[in-house]
Amino acid sequence: MKPAVLTGEHFFTGDIACAEGALAAGCRFFGGYPITPATEIAEHMAARLPDVGGTFIQMEDEIAAIGSILGASCAGVKSMTATSGPGFSLMMENLGLAVCTETPCVLVNVQRAGPSTGLPTLGAQGDMMQARWGSHGHYELIALAPASPQELFYLTITAFDLSETYRVPVLIMTDEVIGHLSERVIIPEAGSIKPRSRPAPKGRKDRFKPFQPGPNGVPPMAIAGEGYGIHVTGLTHDERGYPVMTAEAQVDMLTRLTGKIRNNLDDIIRTEEYRLDDAEIAIVSYGVSGRSSLAAVDEAREMGIKAGLLRLITVWPFAEEKIRQLAERVRAFVTVEINLGQIHLEVERCAGGKAPALLVGHAGGTVISPDRIIETLRKIKA
Amino acid sequence: MDKSKTRSDHPLDGLLRTERIPHIWCPGCGIGTAFSSCLVAVQGNGTDLNKTVMVSGIGCSGRGAGYIKLDSYHTTHGRAIPFATGMKLANPELNVIVFSGDGDLFAIGGNHFIHAARRNMDLTVICVNNLNYGMTGGQAAATTPHGAKTTTSPRGNPESPFNLPLLAYASGATYVARWTILHTRDLTKSIEEALSRRGFSFIEVLAPCPTSFGRRNKQKPLDTLKIYQERTITKNGARPSEIILDFEKGITLGKFIDEERPTFMDSYDKICRPAPPTPITGEGEKSSKEVADQKLSDRKKAV
Repeated sequence: MKPAVLTGEHFFTGDIACAEGALAAGCRFFGGYPITPATEIAEHMAARLPDVGGTFIQMEDEIAAIGSILGASCAGVKSMTATSGPGFSLMMENLGLAVCTETPCVLVNVQRAGPSTGLPTLGAQGDMMQARWGSHGHYELIALAPASPQELFYLTITAFDLSETYRVPVLIMTDEVIGHLSERVIIPEAGSIKPRSRPAPKGRKDRFKPFQPGPNGVPPMAIAGEGYGIHVTGLTHDERGYPVMTAEAQVDMLTRLTGKIRNNLDDIIRTEEYRLDDAEIAIVSYGVSGRSSLAAVDEAREMGIKAGLLRLITVWPFAEEKIRQLAERVRAFVTVEINLGQIHLEVERCAGGKAPALLVGHAGGTVISPDRIIETLRKIKA
Repeated sequence: MDKSKTRSDHPLDGLLRTERIPHIWCPGCGIGTAFSSCLVAVQGNGTDLNKTVMVSGIGCSGRGAGYIKLDSYHTTHGRAIPFATGMKLANPELNVIVFSGDGDLFAIGGNHFIHAARRNMDLTVICVNNLNYGMTGGQAAATTPHGAKTTTSPRGNPESPFNLPLLAYASGATYVARWTILHTRDLTKSIEEALSRRGFSFIEVLAPCPTSFGRRNKQKPLDTLKIYQERTITKNGARPSEIILDFEKGITLGKFIDEERPTFMDSYDKICRPAPPTPITGEGEKSSKEVADQKLSDRKKAV
């Protein structure tokens, strides 16, 4: 029987690295539904969870899959589900419930090309705006984008940490290429992984208000069966968790729900910079496209083009401040992503006209080759 | 007897979020009665109230979770059962009650219902069936009788309704009963019994909706209750395929199914876990139903 943390050096696909990251983070419940190219995550969790005291269940659809993980999380167990485009669409309603009820959970989207059934076996990054706005209403959540199986392992742990800390669903927006790519994955000693847990309530149970925020805007979370007798609803609610059908209550709730993310951006936003210090052209990319961009930066530098890379690890909330700062000193932005312009729109917005923002995009089904990026860089240089 | 004291010490106060009363249910609505039965059952059943959870979906009955003074979760439309499933699996010590309506559980949530029953998920599902969507003003539901008028079937319902106990039985539920809100003693006893059973228990409660359904179908509040009184026949143990719900011909009530088979968790522990715990049923041992019955009677004695 294998331990929860498989310390050592492995040759894993991204999907397996993700599942192992979840186990290392303390995930003990997985509700899933088969879908290419995310199925391997469910399969791996089905095999591994019962050995470490966890539970796997294959639900009847993705709506139920996310429903089950929210229930499990409310019962105090770190929970995850994994899917791809069509399933991600089905999960949107309960994603909103997770946001509104501040239920920690991790959703993995191994993106494939869409719309609709699209290209089930080929990658894309076309769900980035859906990750941001897919559920109805205005809200904030966190989305991360890994660029390798190794990073996927660590980011899955990070996803749980952020989800628990801020009581918010965290999306891991990976893609078919990373999900199916086999690479070296090093898993550290179990003792070196220190997973964070949701803030726990203190004080008298009968006076506890389940949605009264703590110092960072996040309310401590009572879990089912602890004797707090809490009420949790997806209706607009007050600090007691009771529905209040007024505009004022809506303002109060949404201010806090968005504020707990917006006011903690320094802790949430992760980016990686490569040769960006003296760059004249800033490439902005994430996930598998970040790898193409990395190669393009080195090639461009050899050609005398001063390019640098800002790789977004946290995609949502967006690294607005970083882009604004860069806009003051770069000649242009080039966003590289496997869609026809999603994060590109955000870069353009934050550049605020101070530097032109160009897109190297693709409809999906293949990675973007560094050559195409170089082509665009050359045009800017000329 | 001090009447004022009686009033302030309503026997169910301890289980009600009294600060949320008055509730939203209309005059003549049957949900409150079904809800009271449920509270009485929860109280009388003697289970640890701290470990008892109510999960609801959306709709009039879905508001149940908002009034019970236990850990309670008001989820999305149709999704109470998947949520409850995750909760039960994450902490098998919890007694998870799903209290919701017919539209929620059988139209938008129908798929979840049949799969939870198939898995024999250890949940107690109480469905208040008022034959229509009350919250949104009386639209046709998957339970609306053929020919009945609703706002979305103004000339009569061209569709035929589900027979909920038959559906539950066919899907694998191990406890199946149907009562009306006029049969509160039977209903309460049934809920109490269902709470003590391991596995997927389902109780349908027929309830009038005078505001939305009755008004359009020539049933004043008392007319509906009269039908419940005059046209119902209690047939415990009746074959689910033979029970009927017909306002003209009759309505079969009763406990139809009370059997046992391994729950999802039993099978999961046995098949998937590395070191299976001792089997629940074995030669010479009491069946889980017998154990549950014993526990129930012990608790009653204790109470």
